[in-house]
Amino acid sequence: MTDLALIAAVSILTAGLSVAFGAIGPALGEGRAAAAALTAIAQQPDSASTLSRTLFVSLAMIESTAIYCFVVSMIVLFANPFWDQALQAAQSAAG
Amino acid sequence: MELTPDETTLFTVWGIGINETVGYTWIVMILLTVASMVITRNLRPDVPPNRWRTTLEVIVTAIQSQIEEISPRSSRHVLYFSGTLFLFIALSNLLLVVPGFTPPTASLSTTAALALSVLIAVPLFGITRQGIGGYLKTYVQPSVVMLPFNIISEFSRGISLAIRLYGNVMSGAVIAGILLGIAPFFFPVVMDVLGLLTGLIQAYIFAILATVYISSATAVVGKSLHKEKDK
Repeated sequence: MTDLALIAAVSILTAGLSVAFGAIGPALGEGRAAAAALTAIAQQPDSASTLSRTLFVSLAMIESTAIYCFVVSMIVLFANPFWDQALQAAQSAAG
Repeated sequence: MELTPDETTLFTVWGIGINETVGYTWIVMILLTVASMVITRNLRPDVPPNRWRTTLEVIVTAIQSQIEEISPRSSRHVLYFSGTLFLFIALSNLLLVVPGFTPPTASLSTTAALALSVLIAVPLFGITRQGIGGYLKTYVQPSVVMLPFNIISEFSRGISLAIRLYGNVMSGAVIAGILLGIAPFFFPVVMDVLGLLTGLIQAYIFAILATVYISSATAVVGKSLHKEKDK
């Protein structure tokens, strides 16, 4: 297996794994937050506007951890610094 | 696939390439400034407000009431700062529907600049409210042991602000691009509608978080509690 193929394989595997594991935690957390907010709205419908505003803000804060994983996987897939390095090394070796 | 609009050059002026991020930021700035200037041109008591002025007043009043809920008795400068952040991010995210327009917030440079301005504004507001000594005292607030953690949290909140906005806007563009290859006619439209919603929510969250950070820096820790107890 050449260096390039190794880097490509590891990058693809890591990108998939980071999105997969990074989605588990925020998914559970968002589910809990939404369930708690729904219970609170059902008990106190008057404060629904405050609750939903806080819910949106906290959902976005929870979701940001998943977004970090997504950004990391995008960097690994499309802007991988080691890939460029290995490509240059392979080109200079060939040419 | 392009992850950032920084790479695409829009046009070249005197040998300096203006990339998409800078050019579209200018367009958003021009839109906001010119619209506000044209609407508030005839701002006199004897002129009845037209519908545009009413729209602007509704937006500004809504921002004002949101800030009032987070930090009561905040200065007007918080409104100027957070309101500008909200309007800029919201408009650049909403202009996603214009074909050919890439939101400047889909570039890490723009969001990092916005987060930097928040990072600089928080100490400024804190120092103007409680003086340099009073502001620096908030870093050793529970005890001196917390000093490194307070400094780290200051930087990590800036990084998280930048990456959150960039990741959300960029992921919308990337997912729409991927779906364009798989199911070209219907699903990209749905994802763009979802992108409008997330864009607006992210603009709201960015402005809210900036307000929360500023209000936590400007809250006078000991005095306000005593005053409320006295009442």
